[in-house]
Amino acid sequence: MNLDHSILTIITFVPLAGAIVLALLPDRDRIQQWSALAVTLLTFLLTLHLPFNYTYGTQTGTFQFEQNASWIASPAIRYHVGVDGLSMWLVVLTGLLAPLGVLISWNAIDSRRRLFYTLFLLQQVAMFGVFVSLDLFLYYAYWELSLVPMALLIATFGRTEHRRRAAIKFFLYAFIPSALLLVAMIWLYARTGTFDMPQLAQLAVTHGISSNPTALWFASLAFLIAFAVKVPAFPLHGWLKDAVSEAPTAAVMVLAGKLGLYSILRFSFGIFPSQTHRIAPLMIALGAIGVVYGALLALVQKDLKRLAAFATLGHVSMVIFGMFALTISGIDGSIYQTLNEGIGGSALFMLLGLLYERYRTYDIRDYGGLAAKLPWIVTMFVITSLSTAGLPMLNGFVGEFLVLSGGMHSAISHHIGWTTFATTSVILTASYMLWMIQRVFYGELNFRTESVPAADLDTREHLALWPLVVLFLFMGVASPVFMKAIDTAGTQISHTVNQTGAKTVNFEAATTEGGQR
Amino acid sequence: MQSLSANIVALLPEYILTIAGILIMLFEPLLPSGSSRKPLGWLAVAGTVAAGLASWYQLGFGTLHAFYGTIQVDAFSVFFHLLIAAIVLVTLLSSLDYFEGNATHAGEYFALVLFGAVGMMFMTCSVELLMVFIGLEISSISTYIMAGFRKGKATGVEASIKYFLLGSFATAFFLYGIALAFGATGSTSITAISQALGSSTTPRLAFLSLAMILIGLGFKVSAAPFHVWTPDVYQGAPAPVVGMMSTAPKMAAFAVLLRITFSGFAGMEHRWSALIWVLAALSMTIGNLGALLQRDVKRLLAYSSIAHAGYLLVAFTAFPQDGIAAACFYAAAYSAMQVGAFTVITQLTGYDEHIRTLDDYAGLALKRPVLAAVFGFFLLSLIGIPFTGGFFGKFYVFTAALHSDRVWLAVIGLLNSGVACFYYLRVLGALYSRQPREDTDLATSPLTVPAAVALTFTAVATLLLGIAPGRIISLAQRSATAASAPATTITNASR
Repeated sequence: MNLDHSILTIITFVPLAGAIVLALLPDRDRIQQWSALAVTLLTFLLTLHLPFNYTYGTQTGTFQFEQNASWIASPAIRYHVGVDGLSMWLVVLTGLLAPLGVLISWNAIDSRRRLFYTLFLLQQVAMFGVFVSLDLFLYYAYWELSLVPMALLIATFGRTEHRRRAAIKFFLYAFIPSALLLVAMIWLYARTGTFDMPQLAQLAVTHGISSNPTALWFASLAFLIAFAVKVPAFPLHGWLKDAVSEAPTAAVMVLAGKLGLYSILRFSFGIFPSQTHRIAPLMIALGAIGVVYGALLALVQKDLKRLAAFATLGHVSMVIFGMFALTISGIDGSIYQTLNEGIGGSALFMLLGLLYERYRTYDIRDYGGLAAKLPWIVTMFVITSLSTAGLPMLNGFVGEFLVLSGGMHSAISHHIGWTTFATTSVILTASYMLWMIQRVFYGELNFRTESVPAADLDTREHLALWPLVVLFLFMGVASPVFMKAIDTAGTQISHTVNQTGAKTVNFEAATTEGGQR
Repeated sequence: MQSLSANIVALLPEYILTIAGILIMLFEPLLPSGSSRKPLGWLAVAGTVAAGLASWYQLGFGTLHAFYGTIQVDAFSVFFHLLIAAIVLVTLLSSLDYFEGNATHAGEYFALVLFGAVGMMFMTCSVELLMVFIGLEISSISTYIMAGFRKGKATGVEASIKYFLLGSFATAFFLYGIALAFGATGSTSITAISQALGSSTTPRLAFLSLAMILIGLGFKVSAAPFHVWTPDVYQGAPAPVVGMMSTAPKMAAFAVLLRITFSGFAGMEHRWSALIWVLAALSMTIGNLGALLQRDVKRLLAYSSIAHAGYLLVAFTAFPQDGIAAACFYAAAYSAMQVGAFTVITQLTGYDEHIRTLDDYAGLALKRPVLAAVFGFFLLSLIGIPFTGGFFGKFYVFTAALHSDRVWLAVIGLLNSGVACFYYLRVLGALYSRQPREDTDLATSPLTVPAAVALTFTAVATLLLGIAPGRIISLAQRSATAASAPATTITNASR
């Protein structure tokens, strides 16, 4: 049977079917956990179909595993899904993180498990949908849908009594810019009569969307801001630290980063190449500032979750920095770094979650001297830190190297200064991670850590962490496996933006003269 | 088509409902006092289903004129007939057990619901303003009485009187508008008005008449600034009645407004669309800002219904074909989720409505997971989350508005939906994230079969309108063609 035309649909809807089944299953013994694990493992295996059947090195700009059917006749909305080098590995990553999320929540979620796993699976549906949709309407539907389970997970399973506030903050931060995104999308539809992403990208290259540069500017800003808030990019990160400190581990693993970053590369870059070219100097500056700002704030946090939140801000800013360098290596690196952030961030949050399960605190001062008692956990912590700090042979190095060298070769003004500035974060990242490890695992045992009997990783936790650790190493030494697909996408995006951006200057001059009545 | 049979077919649904209502009134005294009034309710349900089927049957006739051209049955009227029949059906199902053991006068209620439905249906198929007025009165008087149906409660009486006084004031405006339209054009027929406007020598008078009509109907649909009655009335009226009166009569009034504006006053579109622009922006903003501070869930939904009236008004600023189709679709989507939400409230609160505020709703998901999930789904649809009817309705309305370059209205509207999600989320947060209070008993009334049917029907409708809206859209587009086509050809010819 040839799965190629329906595989993406199957991947998207298996978790939905799973969610419905889980909602009907009773919440006792470990039925919920096992079923959720089965569903997520099945989905992950299905996502593995993609890299093994992907046609590498094809002509750029084509999507694979496409399915394109009419959904609603008027307005013209199509069910159009497909992946290319940009999204393929993100789908696999999403598939991989789900079973790990289930494993890590196994005991951590001890009440209302049915609600938890149902929402968790719905979140999966929304994320897969975002990555595979090539119709703007379909995409937007999944994009908005992704807010709901997450907000409910935070509101219901949050750690403290501030959870509802954090959930509403998260939702409003993402929803209000998305409203403007919807206006921009419908405006595009009113101008072009299509929601189809490849067609819109084609029109963008030939300047066929609108001859009104101001309107295009506003539309492109609506797109960019909606995505940047979700990433979150500096300075739109207000929701991040509250949501991170409240959200349960499995939710926080997929909270920030990849959805927004992917969307910028796909839609902002794809539909508004010339506007992207124009705004790149600002974004590269914000990216560089965000990298250093996140790292500096992570350095001074006293709470582990908040530290991780600012670390996340730093990492996603690095991705923003890389993509707006607009060079091939910058964009390749930013896609790679998006994957890294997904894996590394997840590992970090899982480890923090494990510590919390044992000691019920995220306050760094409550910890100390655990290295001898928890040898496995500390090993995992160190590996994760080294990966995020960009140690050669590990995955972080590949991404950061590409991003920073992309910055150096960029054609954007002041690129050398900003790249140098961003590079300092490598040192800062190593500092805050290692300093945290020192404070948590070394030094004297304090009252709290002494009073709790030591429990190192059990089998389930090993199973949850090892895939990520193996990936750190594998992605560090075997990056071409991933780069084969990523590079075709990165090259194409970079070419489109640079060429269209260069042409636009002449084009706009012509249209404004012609357009003046 | 002036034959007798045309007159019978054209008002078939209305006849059926009237007969069913009269039968209920006749049987009511025959039942022993204190016995269950449910059989009367089932009779009303049967009548409503029959009326719905009759409307569906009318669809096959194309455009049907009856009673000397005062009644026009077309795809547009059938669309709203079916919508009203569906709303009334859900209301009846959800209130079958509501009065059980609490009110001795439940039989009258079922009759009043049917008479109200007759009036609303009559409004949507009349193309003569005086006939519209008769329909409006029939529907309004029924709803005035229903609003005060819990006559033992002070809030119920307050709701009824407030609704009645302000409502009759608004009806007077409507009537005055009709009189002025007659003065300006020499006719009260919508078709004749649109023809006369082309050569009218008194456009100011015509415009004034339209403004008066707009005030009257603006009150009926609770558009700001004519909305002040809404929160008090919704708070005091019984929950199933609110579910109905926040949807069916409003949608009927919107249908009338669609016909009057896009068909009758099509030649003055540049004038009234500016007026409606303001009404829409005001309704969305005032409704949503008002809802932010509410703690009583029914009041909150009252303000939210003001905002939704605003979203629907946005459709009026679009091109006729787009706008009418979008308005029809939004009417269906809004009705499904609003009636659904009030069905949940009816089931939850019971006749005495001891569960009112957000605090009372806290922890519902722990006590009644199914009811909470369904309520949550309706709230998400009211927010406008994708894959629900609420989202697609909003999307369709704003697509229509942007197609005619109403960018700012679209921005105002969609930013408003951002504000709106704050208060809906507070309800959702209360349902899911808080612990139930000890002194409220959330598990008193078990879910009855008719109510479960009503809930399933509204939830499935809301979902289908979000994921497979194709058929309703094509029906809406057919009705748009029916409502706008003749008038536009006439105005073009007269120019």
